[in-house]
Amino acid sequence: MTDSGSTDPTRIPSLPEVFLKRTFSLINSTSDRNSLSLVCKDWYNYERLTRRHVSIRNCYAVTPEIVAARFPAIRSVSLKGKPRFSDFNLVPEDWGADIQPWLSVFVTAYPLLEELRLKRMSVCDDSLEFLAMNFDAFKALSMLSCDGFSTIGLEAIATHCKNLTELDIQENGVADVGGDWLSFFPENLTSLEVLNFANLGNEVSFDVLESLVSRSKSLRVLKVNQKVSLDQLRKLLVLAPQLTELGTGTFSGDLVSSSVNELESAFSKCGNLQTLSGFWDPSLLYIPALYPVCGGLTFLNLSYSVLGADELEQILTHCKLLTRLWVLDTVGDKGLEAVGSHCPLLEELRVYPDDPLDQQSGVSESGLVAVSNGCPKLHYILYFCQRMTNAAIVAVAQNCPNFTHFRLCIMKPHEPDYLTNEPMDEAFGAIVKTCVNLQRLSVSGLLTDLAFEYIGKYAKNLETLSVAFAGNSDAGMEYVMRGCPKLKRLEIRDCPFGDSALLSGLSQCESMRSLWMSACNLTMNGCKKLAQEKAMLNVEVIKDEDGDDSLANKVYVYRTVAGPRKDAPPFVVTL
Amino acid sequence: MSVPLEHDYIGLSDASRSSVESSNISSDSETNNVLNLKATELSLGLPGFSKNFEENGCCTKFEPKNFMLGAKRGFSDVNLDVNGGFEKVQGLKGDLVDGVVKVGEEKKKDAVPSAKAQVVGWPPIRSFRKNTMATNVSKNGDAREGSSGSGGCLYVKVSMDGAPYLRKIDLKVYHNYAELSKALEKMFSCFTLGQCTSNGVRGREGLSESNLKDLLHGSECVLTYEDKDGDWMLVGDVPWEMFIDSCKRLRIMKGSEAIGLAPRSVDKGKNRN
Repeated sequence: MTDSGSTDPTRIPSLPEVFLKRTFSLINSTSDRNSLSLVCKDWYNYERLTRRHVSIRNCYAVTPEIVAARFPAIRSVSLKGKPRFSDFNLVPEDWGADIQPWLSVFVTAYPLLEELRLKRMSVCDDSLEFLAMNFDAFKALSMLSCDGFSTIGLEAIATHCKNLTELDIQENGVADVGGDWLSFFPENLTSLEVLNFANLGNEVSFDVLESLVSRSKSLRVLKVNQKVSLDQLRKLLVLAPQLTELGTGTFSGDLVSSSVNELESAFSKCGNLQTLSGFWDPSLLYIPALYPVCGGLTFLNLSYSVLGADELEQILTHCKLLTRLWVLDTVGDKGLEAVGSHCPLLEELRVYPDDPLDQQSGVSESGLVAVSNGCPKLHYILYFCQRMTNAAIVAVAQNCPNFTHFRLCIMKPHEPDYLTNEPMDEAFGAIVKTCVNLQRLSVSGLLTDLAFEYIGKYAKNLETLSVAFAGNSDAGMEYVMRGCPKLKRLEIRDCPFGDSALLSGLSQCESMRSLWMSACNLTMNGCKKLAQEKAMLNVEVIKDEDGDDSLANKVYVYRTVAGPRKDAPPFVVTL
Repeated sequence: MSVPLEHDYIGLSDASRSSVESSNISSDSETNNVLNLKATELSLGLPGFSKNFEENGCCTKFEPKNFMLGAKRGFSDVNLDVNGGFEKVQGLKGDLVDGVVKVGEEKKKDAVPSAKAQVVGWPPIRSFRKNTMATNVSKNGDAREGSSGSGGCLYVKVSMDGAPYLRKIDLKVYHNYAELSKALEKMFSCFTLGQCTSNGVRGREGLSESNLKDLLHGSECVLTYEDKDGDWMLVGDVPWEMFIDSCKRLRIMKGSEAIGLAPRSVDKGKNRN
């Protein structure tokens, strides 16, 4: 080891480049790498030359050329595109986030690219074909909330990716045009580890699927779609007892060629199963076949299953090790009591609404309290309900002070505490005061500026905040902009926050990844001012077809080193 | 504050719809053509689905992202369909729209401009989920809106007063009221208030309506259904074929609540041909 700085005590002795590069190449954590890159120029270089994975959380924050220039050795890319509210149809079609410009750069910069994980990107079939044909080492494709592609693109992936290990088609806007894309996998493809086509609508040839599963000895994740029958599922299980994650399809219909016992026997051989999902329309008759594997389950996703409280309880009595549970609110408060009783290790609960417009059904505050009583380790909650009380949330915060993600959606806008008729300020106040590790918060119900004052005062670790139909005045947003130093993503809709609120957090805007405001009180002038003040921000206004031209109905602000978008459609105006 | 958006619960994207009338078909069709043609021209889901939508003047905005799993309608379409034909639409539509319109006005807020109508993208549920749940709910729609009701299933929700959850059943599985009643009885037996015992199939095919009425009237449960017009009727008044054609959801009521239904159902029965 050379010690060139022996006479100067402040100088770091330089280690050999080979040593550093070797060491750095073993470091995977992005935050660690970011830290390393800040130490000195040499370390910045060694880090960038050895980085294999890059996560770009806003595809417009940087250009593919800049990424390629800095990191020449990337093998795995995660890309996120549209603002999250595009999931709820607040962003018009053809807004952007096209994957193709990235692929066009990667084809020369990263010809050995292996993995691509996309969220909220626009992906067309041609791009999928381009990907399949130009990247010989390509192994893993995962897409969530993407749109623009169809099963034709998947055919190309199946045909040309000789080393495919992962094809993970999660919830996307994918058009299933039939044509049995699955049969495009060559006979000699045996490398599959992850196959998720649960969310494609059309039938695939079972013979092809069976053969594929049979020869994929490394298959650990298999999620089939609703067209796969129980009989077929059973056959697949027999072929792949090594699975760790299973998506069951509908789990309904009649077991024609076998019996419940045989199904149960197939499950019992799957000793590694940790995650179950699917159950789009489960036959209660066959649920007991799952019991052999329930004891080892850590994640159970029943969020598409219309189940009642008793049915859920029946299942949960067998699932003692469950840490993550997703359900539909048809289980009701009684079902959630069962959760509290049987799942002491639960860390994450999501309760989705079956019928948001039915105000008589669903869950209420008592279900949530029951879960918090029984599950002290709970740190992630997503809860859709028709009504809530402050007292209940205060109790929940007491029971579970470790919340990192608290997402409460009282489905009727401006709904107060239904017992006291007061705003829900105290509820969220309790959460932010008690849960010091809170990273993500979604608020709802009737809220005044006080709620935001609480958030600004106490939520010092908050990174993501989602607000809708809340607040009284600019002060509300100002509290948050000034008070939450770690805020990365702020999304606001239908709140009375105006230009001065927007401009109150100028320094904040630069440290934030993005800000979305729609149906608030912003004007074009206010947005222009923000754009003028901060050159590193793109201030984009999505124009309405009708509507006052001086108002800015949808505003998306994000920090970027890429400058204004070159691919912006006509309705996106960069100020 | 935003110009009040008219009801599109699930959110058709704003830029591509100037007027958000749910019955404005032509603009939707035009918009469709501008979109990803591949996605919009190919018909997904059960046969006759999309065609029948348009014929019935339903809101048919085929965003590619909504076009999945054959589900081309989200909750907005289901609930705001002026011409009816889907669960919960007719009876509740007035309430729904009015209720929502009143939300902003009734709530005591200081400076929040009221949301004058159901707004786009609320509650925040992904399109995929909305469409999937809508598919499972409105599978019945496909068969019914189609001419022959060929194939497909006819799922309707069944609720029982006092029961903690709903069921969905496929009406096509049953051939007469007796089978239906037996199945429901089995399903809800743990919650039976009185005795909804099946007396077996008496009488001839097609006349089992009276059997059902008898056996239910002898107990504390009354089986009712919501028809296409949003009215709640007693099950058993009309021939089976007519029943499954118009039934949108079922509800097992306590006998006392169903008293007012009888005369109306008789009238309806007369008016139907």
